[in-house]
Amino acid sequence: MTDPAATATATPDGPADQPVRTRRSSRPRRGASPARQRAYAAVGVVGEVLITLGVLLFAFLAWQLWWTDVEGNRAQAEIVRDLDWQVAPTPEPSATETGPLVAEPRRDEPPVMAEPSHATTFATIQVPRWAGEPERPVSQGTDRATVLDVLGVGHYEGTAMPGGVGNFALAGHRTTYAKPFNRVAELQVGDPIVVRTSDTWYVYRVTSTEIVMPSQVDVIAPVPGDPGATPTERFITLTTCHPMFSARERFIVHGTFDYWAPVTDGTPAELLPAA
Amino acid sequence: MYGWLWRHLPGPSVVRALILAVAAFLVLAACFLWVFPAVAPFMPFNETTVGE
Repeated sequence: MTDPAATATATPDGPADQPVRTRRSSRPRRGASPARQRAYAAVGVVGEVLITLGVLLFAFLAWQLWWTDVEGNRAQAEIVRDLDWQVAPTPEPSATETGPLVAEPRRDEPPVMAEPSHATTFATIQVPRWAGEPERPVSQGTDRATVLDVLGVGHYEGTAMPGGVGNFALAGHRTTYAKPFNRVAELQVGDPIVVRTSDTWYVYRVTSTEIVMPSQVDVIAPVPGDPGATPTERFITLTTCHPMFSARERFIVHGTFDYWAPVTDGTPAELLPAA
Repeated sequence: MYGWLWRHLPGPSVVRALILAVAAFLVLAACFLWVFPAVAPFMPFNETTVGE
């Protein structure tokens, strides 16, 4: 389209179109028999139906690849806003420091909440590596109709909760429906993954990434890759589709627990611009 | 099909074109709001969860 030769040849085509169309429309009039006229009309209708279906197919693509993101981002932003959780404190105006308080990392036994009921949003996830990505809601369950398509990130039922011993396993769309895990391949070992519940921050660090077949569900076992083993560590696992726009494989990110902090203590350094 | 529609719409060409444009928009809006969300789960590329 952009090269001049193509434009040059396209221009004479324009007027040439005109006689063709006239000839086509006058054809039934010249064709004497009414049967032939009906046949032409029928072919015309079939053609129009096919063209309409083609246009609708493109519309479906636009809906799936673009509109589900628009709607999903709007809905998930609203969910996070509506959580109405405590805001991490900033210093008193009289204090000499400026900006939010940095939460002191705590490495003792973190508080672990009980699993909520299905489709309940109980946490949010933020990944500093994905600069520009909003805070995403995390909800209980991983089925598409009630969680992944409408609420964003899902928590595999039965896996550990944030900060718990075992594997805090999450699923999210890589493409479409606001694609919360779209940039999962950018993660590098050591990158923080910050999860917050209503009153606690949990900071995990990426330890490895891998690509597995969808049937390899042991990646979300309490000890990743070792089903049946008794966990002693606190893991996090993100699962999403791979390659993009396909469900042939799964992209997996493993991480381990670094520290926790009460929200009343401030904000984790990982989330502050200076960090 | 569309020829028939065109012949049966009232008013001058401008009005007919306007009516058709509005109708096309409504059809598209209905697809985005109800039809596509309803058919999406049946699309083969949307089979992403494995039964455990």
